[in-house]
Amino acid sequence: MSTVAMEPQILTAKDFSNENEVRWCPGCGDYSILAQVQKVMPALGVPKENVVVVSGIGCSSRFPYYMNTYGMHSIHGRATAIASGLKAARPELSVWIVSGDGDSLSIGGNHTIHLLRRNFDVNLLVFNNQIYGLTKGQYSPTSESHKVTKTSPFGSIDHPFNPLALAMGADATFIARTMDRDPKHMQAVLTRSHQHKGASFVEIYQNCLIFNDGAFEIFTEKSSKADEALFLEHGKPLIFGAKQNKGIKLDGFKPIIVDLEEGASIDDIWVHDENDFYKAQILVRMFDDPKMEGHLPRPFGVFYQTERPCYEEDMQLQIEEIIASKGKGDLDKLLRGKEVWEIA
Amino acid sequence: MSSVKEQVLQNVVIKFAGDSGDGMQLTGTQFTNNTALLGIDLATFPDFPAEIRAPQGTLAGVSGYQIHFSSNKVFTPGDQCDVLVAMNAAALKANLKSLKKDAKIIVNIDGFDSKNLRLAGYTDGVNPLEDGSIDSYEVIKIDVTKLTREALKEFTTLGVKERDRAKNMFVLGFIYWMYNRDLESTIDFLTEKFGKKEIILQSNIKVLQAGYNYGDTIETFTTRYKVEKAKLPTGLYRSIMGNQALAMGLVAASEKSGLKLFLGSYPITPATDILQDLSKYKAFGVKTFQAEDEIAGIASAIGASYGGLIGVTTTSGPGMALKTEAMGLAMMLEIPLIIVNIQRGGPSTGLPTKTEQSDLLQAYYGRNGEAPIPIISSHSPSDCFDVAYEACRIALTHMTPVILLSDGYIANGSEPWKFPSSKDLQPIEVTFKTALAEGEDTFLPYKRDEKLVRPWAIPGTPGFEHRIGGLEKQNLTGAVSYDADNHQLMIKTRQAKVDKIADYIPLQTLDSGPEKGKVLVLGWGSTYGAIKSAVLELQSEGYAVSHAHIRYLRPFPKNLGAVISNFEYVLIPEINNGQLIKIIRDEFLVDAKAYNKMMGVPITKGELIDEIKKLL
Repeated sequence: MSTVAMEPQILTAKDFSNENEVRWCPGCGDYSILAQVQKVMPALGVPKENVVVVSGIGCSSRFPYYMNTYGMHSIHGRATAIASGLKAARPELSVWIVSGDGDSLSIGGNHTIHLLRRNFDVNLLVFNNQIYGLTKGQYSPTSESHKVTKTSPFGSIDHPFNPLALAMGADATFIARTMDRDPKHMQAVLTRSHQHKGASFVEIYQNCLIFNDGAFEIFTEKSSKADEALFLEHGKPLIFGAKQNKGIKLDGFKPIIVDLEEGASIDDIWVHDENDFYKAQILVRMFDDPKMEGHLPRPFGVFYQTERPCYEEDMQLQIEEIIASKGKGDLDKLLRGKEVWEIA
Repeated sequence: MSSVKEQVLQNVVIKFAGDSGDGMQLTGTQFTNNTALLGIDLATFPDFPAEIRAPQGTLAGVSGYQIHFSSNKVFTPGDQCDVLVAMNAAALKANLKSLKKDAKIIVNIDGFDSKNLRLAGYTDGVNPLEDGSIDSYEVIKIDVTKLTREALKEFTTLGVKERDRAKNMFVLGFIYWMYNRDLESTIDFLTEKFGKKEIILQSNIKVLQAGYNYGDTIETFTTRYKVEKAKLPTGLYRSIMGNQALAMGLVAASEKSGLKLFLGSYPITPATDILQDLSKYKAFGVKTFQAEDEIAGIASAIGASYGGLIGVTTTSGPGMALKTEAMGLAMMLEIPLIIVNIQRGGPSTGLPTKTEQSDLLQAYYGRNGEAPIPIISSHSPSDCFDVAYEACRIALTHMTPVILLSDGYIANGSEPWKFPSSKDLQPIEVTFKTALAEGEDTFLPYKRDEKLVRPWAIPGTPGFEHRIGGLEKQNLTGAVSYDADNHQLMIKTRQAKVDKIADYIPLQTLDSGPEKGKVLVLGWGSTYGAIKSAVLELQSEGYAVSHAHIRYLRPFPKNLGAVISNFEYVLIPEINNGQLIKIIRDEFLVDAKAYNKMMGVPITKGELIDEIKKLL
């Protein structure tokens, strides 16, 4: 999302933090996300008082308490709906929604898809740790099948959501994925998210040290990251691997891995175009289980971006157009209505 | 013609009844507008099925519109009808029990063929028009269908279905003749509605006139009736429905507080009209948001209120249930919010298009934790304007959500309204926190004033950045607190803040009757008209009965206990299984008596008189 910068101010990350003691578990991925948000904020050029962080319920949702901006820690799943009303009411504010996989994809799933289709100019950060942390370890709508948790002692029989495919299906205008263990990447994605005018859906892989430790380590740890994570860059070929020797080629509609050292040409590699609506559908579906033989790497970065009118602007425009054509509302005229009679 | 007499009447109750596709609601509202424009007092009661097109010809599909008009003041749509218009057999059967002994029944005989009789549940071979069962009434039989088709025989481009659709205009024209009206108001209406469809416009006018002329030419009708103007306070009047008035009250509060209005709502019967009306008022800067569900309706309104607008959500019982958690949040945040519940028959989906007052206890107690929210109720269609305005005043000046209870009867009922002038509306003073007061060195979001109200600093205000949320807050700072003493203090403080509103609302007055005596009839909401008429009638017969009607249900006016204690008996009539009575007994330890009706329809004057007499 974007908000017109007011007069330039020199703020630092510190200006966005406050004296509240941060109470996530030591080592929680949320610390990194908080740090990156605070780091990018000064460069966005939005006056601090115009930033509002709205959250729901869950570990991630304590976020607003640690930001020295306006903020609301609301109720489970409804941050998206509250933010919709706030943005509609006050389009000039920079609204950030902080939510988790349970908050935005389970209890608040309905509001999430409607926020995206309406394209409010807000940032939705989904801290995905694939577990219910605040209630101490039950499977979430993004937990993998067969996962053993306290509420699935014999393995979960739920099929997990693919959050980005869901966002794509809801016609989100900005879709990205990043990870807690890659601060620079996250900062870049957060900045892009802010700059995008419209609803930005940012999935952040976040490690829950206590109840789901290592859920994303295959993508985040040095030993496997290069082979398992595919970093997307607009206009660049989809290349990955420790030696940058592997690439993704489209075989019809099907992405396949090719090896540049074994005869594949760089010219055959899929070149990422953030604005390609159809290819984005394929990209979000690159969601293979990394334990599967011959699986595709998991993409990170900006998958898709497009322009579409924002709800709050259209809402304002309609009001302005009606006032321009018919004049401001006259309360006495309204009360009088069309037909009156006089009792003398 | 010369033999037609004119008779002046004081009171008339007409019910238009037909199949739900027969256009009875339109016929009723047209007759209402025509009546209102003559300065005759009136009250109306539309009564329709939940289905848009219920099974044709059946009892379930009967749609009715009742109007009571008089040269005296009118408070209810009337207990029993003087005239019943029955477009088919089911409409007759469904309404026979609510007719006066000497009522006139105008029937469309085409609606009494064997198919209609069977659908209405008459046994084979039985036709009430022929078996003498309704001979005690004055029955006027008209073949409306045939006469309508006849009137339209020159309109060759119209099909039979299109012609038949104008049947209700024939009936309306005939009733206009019976009550000595002119057709102008309806012709104006039709012109506006069908102006661009010339044939439809002309055919409707033609049938309307044919109905009128039918009265003129058929010599069997020897009397026409007239109801004189009512002696109402002088001034300009218009006709108003409850939901219309409520929407306008919200707009007025927005204009007089300088805060824009935001409505987050999901369509639900019988509250949808408010969303529809407010969607039209964009020229007032009103923002309406048709949310994805009831929860998003209130949540978006909370977001808007947090941003410094007047956040409103409108709904009915099932929607209230869904909004419960968010109401608790708004109470905890201590931000203004208006929650409008147009009550309908419950529980669960209940009777969507029927009226009831059964959500009072839900409004009072229906939240987790100690979560007091002020409650205000409207007692008539036009009263919805004042109550909506007052709800906004309380919400904005006391930083609290407010629940406004209306119901389906008031929402769809109409009455003449001596509408206010904007300059007569008391402005609503709202101050946002934008600077520290003298002696303040830091901003404390939960530091309270003498009303126990916290400051309202909205996003965008530099230097006042703060966080609020649903977790328990530390007194003054608003920081998250799990401290035991603080929790008790905050619960007591939030309750005291709501209780303190009693200092800023009017005292309870008696609507009529002596201050002390044998019986006080205590009501709230839409029972107003029935209680008022019953009590006035008993008073005119010399009985010592008084009537008090509660607008402010939470907190109650400070003197309510004293008012009640002056009477030997307190009778509380409600369209529920006894809800206000529980609160009154709890609060004042009085042995109040209940009268409860749960039939989806208002309480009538007659049954109330019987009930009150039992205590006299």
